[in-house]
Amino acid sequence: MILSALGLTAATLASAVPARRASASSGQLLAACRVAWEQGGQLVALWLSDERDRDRGYCLRVLLRDGEGLTLLEHTMPDGDVQYPDLAAIFPAAGRMQRAAFDLVGIPSEGDDQRPWLWMASWPIDQFPLRRDFEAQAKWQPGEETYAFVKVEGEGVHEIPVGPVHAGTIEPGQFRFQVVGEKVLRLEVRLGWSHKGIEKRFESMTIAEGGRLAGRVSGDSTVAYACAYAQAAEAIAGTTVPSRALWLRALLLERERIANHLGDLGALGNDAGFAFGLAQFSRLREDTLRTNLAAFGHRLLMDVVVPGGVRHDLADEDAERIGIECATLEREMRILRDIYDDHDGMQDRFRNCGRVPPDIAVKLGLTGLAGRASGQARDLRCDFPVTPYDTLGVRLATSTAGDVAARVAVRFDEAAESLRLVRAILDALPDGDVHAPVAQVPEFRQGLGYVEGWRGPVLVALTSGPDNSIRRCHPHDPSWQNWPVVEHAIIDNIVPDFPLINKSFNLSYSGHDL
Amino acid sequence: MTITGFLSQLLQVAIALALAPLLVGWVNCCRAWLANKRAPSLLLPYRMIRKLFAKDAVVAQNASPIFRLTPYVVFGAMTCAAAIVPSLATDLPFARAADAIALVGMFALARVFMALAAMDIGTAFGSLGARRDMFIGFLAEPALLMVLFTASLLSGSTSLPQIVDTLAHREIGIYPSLAFAGVAFTMVSLAENARIPVDNPATHLELTMIHEAMILEYSARHLALLEWAAALKLFNYSCIGLALFVPFGIVVSGTGWQLLLSAAPLLIVKLAIGGAALALIETLSAKMRIFRAPEFLGTAFMLAVLAMLVNLLLGA
Repeated sequence: MILSALGLTAATLASAVPARRASASSGQLLAACRVAWEQGGQLVALWLSDERDRDRGYCLRVLLRDGEGLTLLEHTMPDGDVQYPDLAAIFPAAGRMQRAAFDLVGIPSEGDDQRPWLWMASWPIDQFPLRRDFEAQAKWQPGEETYAFVKVEGEGVHEIPVGPVHAGTIEPGQFRFQVVGEKVLRLEVRLGWSHKGIEKRFESMTIAEGGRLAGRVSGDSTVAYACAYAQAAEAIAGTTVPSRALWLRALLLERERIANHLGDLGALGNDAGFAFGLAQFSRLREDTLRTNLAAFGHRLLMDVVVPGGVRHDLADEDAERIGIECATLEREMRILRDIYDDHDGMQDRFRNCGRVPPDIAVKLGLTGLAGRASGQARDLRCDFPVTPYDTLGVRLATSTAGDVAARVAVRFDEAAESLRLVRAILDALPDGDVHAPVAQVPEFRQGLGYVEGWRGPVLVALTSGPDNSIRRCHPHDPSWQNWPVVEHAIIDNIVPDFPLINKSFNLSYSGHDL
Repeated sequence: MTITGFLSQLLQVAIALALAPLLVGWVNCCRAWLANKRAPSLLLPYRMIRKLFAKDAVVAQNASPIFRLTPYVVFGAMTCAAAIVPSLATDLPFARAADAIALVGMFALARVFMALAAMDIGTAFGSLGARRDMFIGFLAEPALLMVLFTASLLSGSTSLPQIVDTLAHREIGIYPSLAFAGVAFTMVSLAENARIPVDNPATHLELTMIHEAMILEYSARHLALLEWAAALKLFNYSCIGLALFVPFGIVVSGTGWQLLLSAAPLLIVKLAIGGAALALIETLSAKMRIFRAPEFLGTAFMLAVLAMLVNLLLGA
């Protein structure tokens, strides 16, 4: 995208992937988004910040991605009583981000849908947590709220409400199905039940402390978030991370991907009534997690990645153990894949179930793993490779079928590719330090971290405050983009297929609700 | 009524009530072993029932008497069925009151009450489960009747003890009609007992449930009775299958009551093998889409009809 054609002046932005920033008026913002959409770009994230203490009112930040890199558009609204243009008409995923931004900062978009998104009456409706004068310590009695779900009218249509408390031990989310018989006419998801105020909590931390919190935004993507946060912090501090640390981070990322894919593949088998699959994949996943514990001191690899490098070096005998484990996993996964592929009953459940055709995926901005299963061949490890992915050459796993079977196949392919990458990393792991000190960060510096987690690209946008503190930190999960697509994937499918479809996306609640 | 008859009747119901949870526990054990997992205790279903009986029941405010009555009706129906099915002996005084058709009616009675109770509270899941269960039921019942008719044709009676008497006294050999009927009966049993591939008894996914969705609102003693009744239903179906297709070892009318003592261990062995076979079927299959159930049960019906035709035309 050529910004100068829109009258915008771009400046580079501190980030591990190519990124630039530009201030935009509301007209320029709309025009830039439209141009980006026409040229095949995607919306990465949208968030608001309170900058009244710098006499800048409120600032809307819209991050776009295209083939060249990231573009951060900053739209400053000096006056508190304004609205900003509705971007949902261009990027449908923007709708919920705008509603969430209003709940937290209190500046509405011009969009039609002004229902709250994250607000659940746990704080007064006229208070906005991410305003700088918000009293974070205050406590309120939870209030009452009603959420206007969209109803479908007609002969024989009825509603099935599910959640937010489910029969299984899973995260909270409410699903409203409008059905005729078993056929789903419409699904509306409501999220926000696990809102914890993570963004507000960041503001009371130093940059060094923030890494631990970033690693807890979504537990299954802890390495991805910790890496993204570390990238952002290192970018604004100008830290040169030792290459051994970068290689180890890639190793950790791939191990996180393997563990999650193994878990999902088992769960998908189980949701199709094939408990054998769950038992086998759980066993493999458990072995992986135990190796993590032995090699890095944490089963899920929490707090291993820190700004400046990694906290644990990899011992030689642990490297050997990981290498041996790769061979076992490869062998067992091949056998299990054959079982899955040859099982008629399971293939009957997987095929044509929850189909998201590529054209819908483009329109709705489907991203990450689910996107790759619907023909969206994008992967940060290939598109903007950082060390060591630039030398490893990641092979992209894609499909255009867009159904549950495709998402299963992409998981198998990616897990196999990750095993190959782990071995390649172990073979070429450079020697040296694994941590470099992070220098003092000047105030008001902005940096981005953008990492391909197992679910999709994870973003952390970090702005520094005085004395190495965090002024604003916005973590963004790919689930924001993909939740609305789940609503679409179930249309015309039958009610009992929903758990399978939902699991094939396996989106984060915690990472979305923040 | 002879003393032997009375004794075997009593013994049979007692054994059914006592062993039904064990059968469920055994199937669960086998399933765990087949998935390379360590098995739960064989006695887990008993502990579950005891735990549930010790709890206080919670009943929805808008529940009608049907909701409270249903667990007792269902449990009663399954106990009656256990009295009719000749699992140990054929000299059953109670069985004269009801034949094979009445047995199917007994199962239908339980089903109707379950469905009514499920819809009684008015939750979405109850109605969902009730609707699906009736859908499965109306497909499974004709097939079950056809299987029983095939057996009746062989013996010239719809009375279960007489059918078993006849079948047990035939020469050992392969009867094509019974082979077809046996496959059909297995398929119907899987559907009727909410097993994979039609339903998944182990699932926690509300949206996919059939039987579990109907009993979601029950707790404590009500739930205990329904769980026990479900175990009894599985036990009854297994015993019908054993009585029709492997009737050997069942004490036929007129023999001494001492033989009953040998019939019981034999029944346990047969049930253990049957339970293991059920676990194997469940482990090997995935749950099918609900709209595949008509194909599945339609096949069962076809096979049952085929069994009857083979019987009528070939007399075998």
